[in-house]
Amino acid sequence: MIDLGLGLVGWATAVCLVLVILGMALGFVRMLLGPTLPDRVVGLDMLTVLMVAFAAAYAIAVDETAFLDVAIVLALVGFLGTVAFARYADRRAAEDEAAGKTHPTEEHRQ
Amino acid sequence: MILDIIVAVLLVSGGAFCFVAGLGLVRMQDVYLRMHAATKAATLGTGLILAGVAVYFAEVATEIRALIAIVFLVITAPVAAHMIGRTAYKNRVPMWEGTTIDEWDGQVPPRADPSPTHSERTSK
Repeated sequence: MIDLGLGLVGWATAVCLVLVILGMALGFVRMLLGPTLPDRVVGLDMLTVLMVAFAAAYAIAVDETAFLDVAIVLALVGFLGTVAFARYADRRAAEDEAAGKTHPTEEHRQ
Repeated sequence: MILDIIVAVLLVSGGAFCFVAGLGLVRMQDVYLRMHAATKAATLGTGLILAGVAVYFAEVATEIRALIAIVFLVITAPVAAHMIGRTAYKNRVPMWEGTTIDEWDGQVPPRADPSPTHSERTSK
């Protein structure tokens, strides 16, 4: 192993950050692919949870506890965002049904 | 030294769970299966990483903040997943053909929110 002066925790943090970033990239792929709105909401939900994980790991990487506060606030805001998106999707389905469209999600709408 | 090993194991396993969550989100067949990967694996991975942070900064103030973050994630993740799943079912998002049990059996239950929708309000 190349010695970069990281130490055991430094290497573990680097590996952890890389894995979390790969997970975020895969979640972003699901957000782009869809195919339905709930799929995208699931991807967004997981992206915010992984952002919390990234903030926590970054707190170790830079040895700064303030990033833990960032993680807590991100968890709060991410939950509110997910609930708001779920309500929005629910309401839009109700509107489509009221407008007479049957099976609104079968034609993979954007 | 032992604390270093514990922190390293927690961080790497947490990162691995986060990666597996992303993998499941891309590879699973329908929304309901994807939600299973995204909610459980991502929450466990994030919880492990936060536990590693709590062990690394060995001071009470930081440990309490990490614990608060873990508790908050564990409380909110099932609620968010439940809301998305209910919305997906009501939107009639199709299930994977390998699904064997649908306890609502295709009958979409009445909406929990009986208030008039936007188009109903504006059409009057």
